[in-house]
Amino acid sequence: MINSVVEKEYQGLVDAYEKVGGDRSALLNNKIASLVVHENKILSATEIEGVKLTGESQEHGIMAALLIEEDCKISRPIHLCFGILPQEGLQEIGLRVDVKRGAEVKVIAHCIFPNAVHITHKMDAVINIEDNASFNYKETHYHGEFGGIEVIPKAKVTLGEKALYENTSSLVEGCVGKLDFDFEVSSAARSVAELVVKVYGKKDDVIKIAERVNLNGDGARSLIKTRVVLRDGARAEVIGETYGNAPYARGHVDCIELINGEKAIAKAVPIVVVSNEKAKVTHEAAIGRIDRRQVETLMARGLDENEAVDVIVRGILR
Amino acid sequence: MLTAENLQLRLNGKLIIDDLTLQVNDGEILGVLGENGTGKTTLAYLIMGVNNYKPTGGRVIFEGEDIADLSVSQRAKKGISLAWQEPARIEGLRVRDYLKLSGNNFGIEQIERCLLMVGMEPSQYLDRDIDNTLSGGERKRIELASILAMRPKLAILDEPDSGIDILSLPLILNGVVGLNKQGSSVVLITHNEKVMDISHRVSVLCAGKVVRTGVPAETSQWFKDNCRTCLHINVPPY
Repeated sequence: MINSVVEKEYQGLVDAYEKVGGDRSALLNNKIASLVVHENKILSATEIEGVKLTGESQEHGIMAALLIEEDCKISRPIHLCFGILPQEGLQEIGLRVDVKRGAEVKVIAHCIFPNAVHITHKMDAVINIEDNASFNYKETHYHGEFGGIEVIPKAKVTLGEKALYENTSSLVEGCVGKLDFDFEVSSAARSVAELVVKVYGKKDDVIKIAERVNLNGDGARSLIKTRVVLRDGARAEVIGETYGNAPYARGHVDCIELINGEKAIAKAVPIVVVSNEKAKVTHEAAIGRIDRRQVETLMARGLDENEAVDVIVRGILR
Repeated sequence: MLTAENLQLRLNGKLIIDDLTLQVNDGEILGVLGENGTGKTTLAYLIMGVNNYKPTGGRVIFEGEDIADLSVSQRAKKGISLAWQEPARIEGLRVRDYLKLSGNNFGIEQIERCLLMVGMEPSQYLDRDIDNTLSGGERKRIELASILAMRPKLAILDEPDSGIDILSLPLILNGVVGLNKQGSSVVLITHNEKVMDISHRVSVLCAGKVVRTGVPAETSQWFKDNCRTCLHINVPPY
């Protein structure tokens, strides 16, 4: 009985995972590390050489740990799948990531809540990327069309010397619901951090994105890039903060928020602080309606106005 | 094919296009030559219907129909298109997708052919975005390639030669000739009389008026002699 319930949940989650672009075969391949979690149940976990992936069920979620051993170059991305299939629920994911010195890994994560009416999904991550290590993390959310979900991803990231951290979070299919995104990165010398968030807000979605990078080491570099498109009555506030605290640190905050609806509201707060005379941090933000010239360029090729807007929106969120 | 008939545009009380009459014939390249500020781009916008420009007088007739009330899309669907002097940059829109939508779902071979016609190596450009990472010259050549993909009946090219390096200019001009050979009539707008050799006829604009029309060599020389040295900017004595 228990096995059949787990099997059903697994199939349901993997079906949804595949629908939103996930690779089902990757979850079944024992040469690819993966983790599938439904509510607070770990439905499958696959470790491979060089990758330690452990999880422990909690009352409302799981505590998971991912460790990439020193100098291991993981050739195929690790796949993570978190989700809740019922309309209601609470999922709290605690995630500890350690990428040891010289290791390299890519992670593809999907967070799936296709029927969400009243769901809360929290993620608290602590990510430690050691010297000369590389961690590339791509997370895609799918929330269904009801928007009855609150998503609260938080992460504290520490980069060692010459470490590379690339994070792309994408929430462009279905309704967002409420999003409270909060990431903070502390960077050592000559490390590189690139944080990209792409969100498409609709209906009465409420979006808050806060990203902070502390460039603490000589020559550390960072890019905070945010792309938000809002329609209907969706609202968004984007706070991009970069602190240049060391010589030759270079940071850039780049925010574009497009509004395509009379009731939508966009706000951007770039904060750039430099406390070392040899550091440099820049920012650019563009907020407002979709550029008329872009729309007319596509209309001059025969697209209707709505089609042109759609092409521009899909481009910016690609 | 297209007639601008006593066209007028007044903006904020200022006459930008002043009783302008101009005709584009089937299958020709019509050069429109004028110094800066003479109304060349405004004329292009009026024909295409962009930038919220609507004639305050006169008519724009395309294939026998007054198109003044048509949207940009409607004009494009009738076979008119415009390559902007400063083409828009669109983040996330790849060259291959831009040409595909311009060419009404062109296949990859046709897309590659259009890039080659403007001297661009497809493998280097197909997957690039038409965004700020392209140089001005590259973006202009891609704009021309998208017009080649679209194969409009009438292509308005607004200063395709401006800001182009000396090596790229022949590639652009080859593209314009190729566009004409594949069946498009072309309005080639420029302030550089040296590129008028590829035109069949040339009209000279001054202060929003056509002040002279004729064969390229003679009209270009007239432009050089009269407009280049003209001291009464935008007040035609003719």
